[in-house]
Amino acid sequence: MPSYAAPVRDTKFILDQVLEIGRYANLPGFEAATPDTIDAVLEEGGRFVSEVIAPTNQPGDQEGCTRHPDGSVTTPASYKDAYRQFVEGGWATLAQPVDVGGQGLPHVLAMAFQEYLNSANMAFAMYPGLTTGAIAAITAAGSDEQVARYVPPMVEGRWTGTMNLTEPQCGTDLGMIRTRAEPAADGSYRLTGTKIFISSGEHDLAENIVHLVLAKTPGAPDSVKGISLFIVPKFLVDGDGSPGARNGVTCGSIEHKMGIHGNSTCVMNYDDAVGYMVGEENKGLAGMFVMMNAARLGVGLQGLGIGEVAYQNAAAYAKDRRQGRALTGPAEPAARADPIIVHPDVRRMLMEGRAYNEGLRALILWVALLGDLSAKAPDEAERLEADDLVGLLTPVIKAYATDKGFLVANLAQQVLGGHGYVREWGLEQFVRDARIAQIYEGTNGVQAMDLVGRKLASHGGRALQSFLGIVAREVGEARAAGGEAAEVAERLGKALAELQAATLWLMANAMRDPNQAGAGAYPYMEVMGIVSVGLMWLRMSVAAQRVAAEGGEDAFLRAKLITARFFAERMMPDAAALRAKIEGGAEAIMALPAEAF
Amino acid sequence: MKVLVPVKRVIDYNVKPRVKADGTGVDLLNVKMSMNPFDEIAVEEAIRLKEKGAATEVIVVSIGEPKAQETLRTALAMGADRAILVAAAQEVEPLGVAKVLAAIVGEEQPGLVILGKQAIDDDSNQTGQMLAALTGRPQGTFASKIEVSGDAVEVTREVDGGLETVRLSLPAIVTTDLRLNEPRYASLPNIMKAKSKPLAQKTAADYGVDLSPRLRTVQVAEPSKRQAGVKVGSVDELIDRLRDLGVAA
Repeated sequence: MPSYAAPVRDTKFILDQVLEIGRYANLPGFEAATPDTIDAVLEEGGRFVSEVIAPTNQPGDQEGCTRHPDGSVTTPASYKDAYRQFVEGGWATLAQPVDVGGQGLPHVLAMAFQEYLNSANMAFAMYPGLTTGAIAAITAAGSDEQVARYVPPMVEGRWTGTMNLTEPQCGTDLGMIRTRAEPAADGSYRLTGTKIFISSGEHDLAENIVHLVLAKTPGAPDSVKGISLFIVPKFLVDGDGSPGARNGVTCGSIEHKMGIHGNSTCVMNYDDAVGYMVGEENKGLAGMFVMMNAARLGVGLQGLGIGEVAYQNAAAYAKDRRQGRALTGPAEPAARADPIIVHPDVRRMLMEGRAYNEGLRALILWVALLGDLSAKAPDEAERLEADDLVGLLTPVIKAYATDKGFLVANLAQQVLGGHGYVREWGLEQFVRDARIAQIYEGTNGVQAMDLVGRKLASHGGRALQSFLGIVAREVGEARAAGGEAAEVAERLGKALAELQAATLWLMANAMRDPNQAGAGAYPYMEVMGIVSVGLMWLRMSVAAQRVAAEGGEDAFLRAKLITARFFAERMMPDAAALRAKIEGGAEAIMALPAEAF
Repeated sequence: MKVLVPVKRVIDYNVKPRVKADGTGVDLLNVKMSMNPFDEIAVEEAIRLKEKGAATEVIVVSIGEPKAQETLRTALAMGADRAILVAAAQEVEPLGVAKVLAAIVGEEQPGLVILGKQAIDDDSNQTGQMLAALTGRPQGTFASKIEVSGDAVEVTREVDGGLETVRLSLPAIVTTDLRLNEPRYASLPNIMKAKSKPLAQKTAADYGVDLSPRLRTVQVAEPSKRQAGVKVGSVDELIDRLRDLGVAA
């Protein structure tokens, strides 16, 4: 069975030394997040997930979920007790506001913990993960009464949440949804229709399930401007807040999937189900987007979570497995063979893994912190810039972190050779589980289109300008300061120039021909990924130099500086090739007639 | 009844200890430190006694560097009520610790003191026994079961031949073995609450104890590496080799 240890030292390094969250102690939620509290939460949270949740991962994958003839669904046998312990431990409440039963800690700390949970068991983590998203949507768009009724039991974890968008005939294009919501005399609605691919749609972990459903009221415009959002509880909620009569929403079947077998992916049938409108009629998508933006960062974390656990197991294997000799002569002459970690190509795979994992961890935690700042910073300009950057980097994180998470899982599997392909070692599960993250919550292609089509242009390119400004400034500062970080800055400066050139090319050509934007979107997202993760490696090497100068260098700090150099030398040069692809334009992509495919 | 639980901050059990280059001790720089696992079992047992109604207050105490505060906070997050930190700059030895604890026992008058049977860093296995001698209280060591009834405690001990049950009149001293219980995970709300629980800062001088070491560490070295074996061709050759080594006649 694979093993997992939460990378607490790295998380703490990022929070304390790279993001320096001590600077924000004056903000709401941050005053409670003192360094010793953060230590205690990460240590104990990491211990809990690695000892209680991680052991459910492999058996849960092999057992999967079962739908019974009465429409009920049971999760893998080990999940129920693990979920109970998760709820009793209060882990679901971490960043929720105190007034609804949460601990009120910063969002950035919740994201750090969420990574550990994903590494331990991604399919399991989706039950509380979707609940968090549903809480965000109800809190943002719901009435006070709806918040009071549904949110506290969801915060506690006694109830879970889902998001219901997709229907058989519509996924990405939500204007095409057909689920109807008829007004009833009491002000509620009756929903009828079918939703598919509903994660955590039906299960045996919680007392009640709160479905957030997109549907159309009679006479609503036939487009995304005619969609409303509804709460549809599995059990109607009685006056005293306890689950009462069963509502007309049932699980018609569960999907048989490539991975995340422990999460029940349901077809949900709504048959005159009682629903309550959230927010205004025809403006449901806005509320759902709150949930989707939170979910997209959450999916990026899934990529990182799988990448991390896959890397840990591949690294352990490479130090243990003995085959052949080092190219430069026996490294351990007394043994029959050397451990395979002596081979440069095995190290290439492991270095790529840690370079992406640690870089993406810093990037996701930075954007999570920006999310906190966009809501809580005292200064209006600071809030605005933070909000811009979150909007710009959310599609980058969703797409780039899940692509690289899958890549790292693949590389880790490769390190194990044939043992990576058989079930026993667990690496093939990581590959299967990681794959969905590139697909759902908007495919990575859609993320790239969101980045190029919406995020670059919004407010006259304000978000991108501030991002480019930050990179340029920090490159300049690190160059001036010298040391190993200056070499990272040198290469990041080159990658930044490629990003700027690619941006100018898109601006010059995409207005004339939108297909130029469509064809260049994916490589553009990848350049953004390289520069934003590159910025994190620059920050980490600057921080490692500073900490080493203050308190002496240790193995951890040395590894940071070496991995930063690896990312600079092996990943940053790709920016030039990606720019060339973008500038190649759309002609060859669009030239073949559809019949020729 | 108050229960007193001493806890020690030690190198984490998952860490492979490395000896300092100069042979003066184990290298603890940037090494993960945790609560001694046997002490964790002691804290858990004390909290269970409180949950069962057999105890009214759980007090944890640590004697060591300022960072032992973190270890005390961990115990508070598990459910202990308050903590005492006795600051000590130098390495402490079982006798010094037992003397400080004896003074605290005198002050707090706990009905039970539950200690880990030993700490995993020096494996001394002495403090509980010394504390019993210094306070004149009965001791039940290596407990795998503790049952408080009235003014006595029944302790099931893990001894070489099996299990032995002793009955001690309270107040008493108990040390824990591995199988006594499985310590809980601290819940997130309790981690947050632990920040506001009382933690008293003391020094050994407050208790009139001199902690200066009675022992001198001459040298610390790693166990010698296992040498590669030799393949022998026959049983006769094996016996010859054993004779050469002086292990067979």
